[in-house]
Amino acid sequence: MPGGPARASAYVCEAVSCLSTASHEVLTGLGAEVAATSLTDVAIKRVGCLGLCAEGPLVRIPETGELFTKVRPDALGPIVEALAAVTPGGARVDEAPFFGRQVRIATENSGRIDPEALEDYVAADGYAALRRVLTMMTPAEVRDEITTSGLRGRGGAGYPTGLKWNTVAKATGSPRYVICNADEGDPGAFMDRNILESDPHRVLEGMAIAAYAVGASAGYVYCRGEYPLVVSRVRKAIRDATRADYLGTTIMDTKFSFEVDVRLGAGAYVCGEETALIASIEGGRGTPVPRPPYPAVSGLWDRPTLINNVETFANVAPILRRGGAWFASIGTPTSTGTKVFALAGRVVNTGIVEVPMGTTLREIVFDIGGGIVGGRAFKAVQTGGPAGGCIPAEFLDMPVDYESLTELGSFMGSGGMIVMDETSCMVDVARFFMDFMREESCGKCVPCRVGTTQLYMLLTRISDGEATMADLATLESLARMVQRTSLCGLGQGAPNPVFSTLRYFRPEYVAHIEDRTCPAGVCRMGRAAVPA
Amino acid sequence: MPTTIERSPPPTDDKRWHTVETRMRRLGNRPDALIEALHAAQEAFGHIDDDALHFIGRTLGLPPSTVYGVATFYSYFTLEPRGTHTCVVCTGTACYINGATSILDALRGAFDVTPGATTVDGRLSLVTGRCFGSCSLAPAAIVDGRVLDRVDAGDLVRQLETL
Repeated sequence: MPGGPARASAYVCEAVSCLSTASHEVLTGLGAEVAATSLTDVAIKRVGCLGLCAEGPLVRIPETGELFTKVRPDALGPIVEALAAVTPGGARVDEAPFFGRQVRIATENSGRIDPEALEDYVAADGYAALRRVLTMMTPAEVRDEITTSGLRGRGGAGYPTGLKWNTVAKATGSPRYVICNADEGDPGAFMDRNILESDPHRVLEGMAIAAYAVGASAGYVYCRGEYPLVVSRVRKAIRDATRADYLGTTIMDTKFSFEVDVRLGAGAYVCGEETALIASIEGGRGTPVPRPPYPAVSGLWDRPTLINNVETFANVAPILRRGGAWFASIGTPTSTGTKVFALAGRVVNTGIVEVPMGTTLREIVFDIGGGIVGGRAFKAVQTGGPAGGCIPAEFLDMPVDYESLTELGSFMGSGGMIVMDETSCMVDVARFFMDFMREESCGKCVPCRVGTTQLYMLLTRISDGEATMADLATLESLARMVQRTSLCGLGQGAPNPVFSTLRYFRPEYVAHIEDRTCPAGVCRMGRAAVPA
Repeated sequence: MPTTIERSPPPTDDKRWHTVETRMRRLGNRPDALIEALHAAQEAFGHIDDDALHFIGRTLGLPPSTVYGVATFYSYFTLEPRGTHTCVVCTGTACYINGATSILDALRGAFDVTPGATTVDGRLSLVTGRCFGSCSLAPAAIVDGRVLDRVDAGDLVRQLETL
């Protein structure tokens, strides 16, 4: 701003979701309208995701907390008026429950800083943790802090991050590598996309701190090819950070050097598996290899390699800034900190939410999510992606943490949460996920390649109303076999949707087989039975 | 490390080959540049034809079998030319339970095209995508690079007819 800080500002969301509903036109339109008025102390700023994607395009006035939803580029008058009315220290509007119940750590800068402006990130304490780490801490002290925090891998399995870092640090061989897994392949998950679109420097800072802690000198962001905006923002962030001496050689005049590059994924779900991801970065087909050796010991080009997920890295800088004990005080004793969820499906407030671990499903779906679209009945929430499970209404009050979800036959996964109502048929849902796994199986091991196809055919027979109870028995035994004998997590997890839907919705399967009807009216023969 | 191989010229003097060459050179023309090179070729030409596969293989010192194997392993790469217009319908979980199947049915009815295929007149290619992260706006589709949210099957058919 010429002549000092702005009295009022308008933050316009420019993450993909709002961009697809014309938020860029809103941004340029606002700039023009403000310029046409006598307002000279107003800033219009591009920011990352504001969270409530269902209501986009979103514009927020941070001075008052006002949020404008479904903004149209040709109707910006109310926003300009609100900007004119802002008085310093004036009243703030109450935040909607969607925002009020969230605790933001990994997404603390989302919707607050310009994701393409390094100076904005630095002004929000950006790279302060890296500076402190490089100048005041030993690598072992950094690893201890992460261990104290209790941080666990946010990509799905929940492996303790401190333990992983220690394994890489103790392995022999150099150079060592740090890889950020940004190949967000779970359909229904878009947390990592939002973090990287909204605050790419935070992930790079986390990677650099990790590299120092494990003695690595090079890193890769393995990014989904389907996310062009993420790719361009991460590439720009790397260029800017390197120029500003936060990445590259002898960072901030210390002996530490760390180079980062982007590698593009190309649409293979199996590349979320660590060894397949490494094969892909090496330029080959993304097929997994048996572990051990684990990548921590022998990974990229047979060197010790640390692989963490986007959200895991996003938590690293705050932990180093505020201490591991602070992070451990949030959440539950075994699942510390917060988790970012992508809320989608038949829920009113779809979007990105970050809540402390241990928050109940009911709070997420009903208090934050606003309940089911059209006032229909809640049926299940699907977590963990295609290898996860469906959790029915009777467990809505279970806390969301790694252990509870596993106990319920689902798992945390990367954080996609798909809400389903009575219009979803659980046999059809299981068939949908099996179809996905069948297509995504890399074909290397027989149980997964052949098993997922056979399971899919059995599920199709059931949903067509042509199955017998013997088919159901075959389905269950074959699913167990695929789970136990597949090489990697893809095949081992593929039967999970079958197990969890059978566990909670077995009567639906039986109705398809014995009554030849689909209770939800989704499957073909069910539809035929409904009178027109 | 691979032995140095003779530098091979691009198949034609089309300037777009420069971007493919540059991407490979930036990564030292090493075999691990293969996926990046395939991305560059597809960005430049829209699809990856046999000429491109051979050129990339020669430059990186990889046999055609490896190049073809990688190019066909990843669903993002296409070896067939696309139609004039491309419509990607998301069939990720959120879009699926919000009606992606009925969108595909409507497109099949209106244009006689199935996922992965192009209309006979070469005007429209239909592709299914596995989630491009627009779950909060489900069901979603991408028409010629533009993301459409909360797609209504009838509206989409009308939009595609007037392209």
